[in-house]
Amino acid sequence: MTGNLLEIRDLHKSYGDVEVLKGVDCTMVQGDVISIIGSSGSGKTTMLRCINMLEEFQGGSIRIDGQEIGYETVGGQRRRKSEKEIARQRALTGMAFQQFNLFPHMSAARNVMLGLMKVKKLSKEEARSIAEKWLDRVGLRARADHFPGQLSGGQQQRVAIARAIAMNPKLMLFDEVTSALDPELVNEVLQVIKTLAQEGMSMLLVTHEMRFAYEVSNRVIFMNQGRIGEEGNPREMFHKPRTERLSEFLKTSSFN
Amino acid sequence: MDIAHFLEILWLARIPILKGLGMTISISLLAICVGTVLGVFVGLALTYGARPLRWIVRIYTDFIRGTPVLVLVLASYYVLGTIGLDLNPFQAGILALAVFCSSHVGEIVRGALQSIPRGQTEAAKAIGLTFPQTFAYVLGPQALRQVLPAWVNTAAEMVKASTLLSIIGVAELLLRTQEIISRSFLSLEFYFFAGFLYFIINYAIERFGRYVERKTAVPS
Repeated sequence: MTGNLLEIRDLHKSYGDVEVLKGVDCTMVQGDVISIIGSSGSGKTTMLRCINMLEEFQGGSIRIDGQEIGYETVGGQRRRKSEKEIARQRALTGMAFQQFNLFPHMSAARNVMLGLMKVKKLSKEEARSIAEKWLDRVGLRARADHFPGQLSGGQQQRVAIARAIAMNPKLMLFDEVTSALDPELVNEVLQVIKTLAQEGMSMLLVTHEMRFAYEVSNRVIFMNQGRIGEEGNPREMFHKPRTERLSEFLKTSSFN
Repeated sequence: MDIAHFLEILWLARIPILKGLGMTISISLLAICVGTVLGVFVGLALTYGARPLRWIVRIYTDFIRGTPVLVLVLASYYVLGTIGLDLNPFQAGILALAVFCSSHVGEIVRGALQSIPRGQTEAAKAIGLTFPQTFAYVLGPQALRQVLPAWVNTAAEMVKASTLLSIIGVAELLLRTQEIISRSFLSLEFYFFAGFLYFIINYAIERFGRYVERKTAVPS
């Protein structure tokens, strides 16, 4: 096998008759930070959600570290892997969501500990110490015993990132993590992601923050109508777009 | 109204009244417990069941919920016997109430589970939890908090519905009271007294519900 961390080949995904991904290819290696940009409905979020099987897909393949995700071919028949196996594979990636999705009935520390205890089978003490370490890293050690309802949006999102990353995933997926935040809270979340990126965490980000995509990523993918419209390093992409669609998109976006 | 006379009769009738009260509490408790356990399964089937199962359970709940409890009680006592299932009045009554309770609890559980945002399940999946784990640690505890107020209502309804078992001859509080009235002719006093006892039971259930709600409340 190649040394690719992520390998997406000819990914197809439809909702009924509507094809939202029309053959997407993408590879990334350890340490890559890739931003996916594009207008809404272009398939960015769907692509991200296919990677951890929050969406089913009808064609193509996704491999993480050489492991085929979600489906297997037995006797020429493509079929979905067992739920148990899929659950195990989902732990290869960590995901942060637009709406944070913290568990509201658990404290911040408990949110982080749940996966460590139930998926990684760590003891409560081990889980607690890992949770505290990561909450510290996102600047929320003092809020470990607060409940999500007692935290600001930015703080909740940082807890959600800690919850995902504490599981030690090979790849972090960020799905428009700042879109639901008040403008003054966006920065604290972006700062956390930036630090993680600098430390070599591999990540795939769907974002509308063009300035952030430009600064943090080593590669940018522009999605257009279910296909990759253009990809390359951020400098070329943002300053010298090769396609008409991308330059139009950049004009209407906040990057300037 | 002669208070002294009433108290004297009340004292004489204390044993049947206590027995009736005990019977009412046992009926209600049994019906609520069995009905709740059944109801949780009904709710799960309504929410997560495969299509044929969901339809069958949907028909079950709609049918039961649309039927008067009294009809269920009479049917379970008089009709089940004709198909060879011979239940005594107590068993038949519990069955009817539990079935009735299960359909209501099922709807409450379904409503609570469906009101939990999809993102909760997705977040649980994303950290690698299996569905049973997701239910046990993420969905269940959240649903429980939502179910509680409506469940307390249903439990109180069950206590009130237990009076219907007097019609098939279960010697619960209402039937005992009627027997006492037929001997003492103190109908106003004893109906009032029975009503007071029902109120006490339901008040206790409501306080208990409030207590659990407070204990499990999520800080915000």
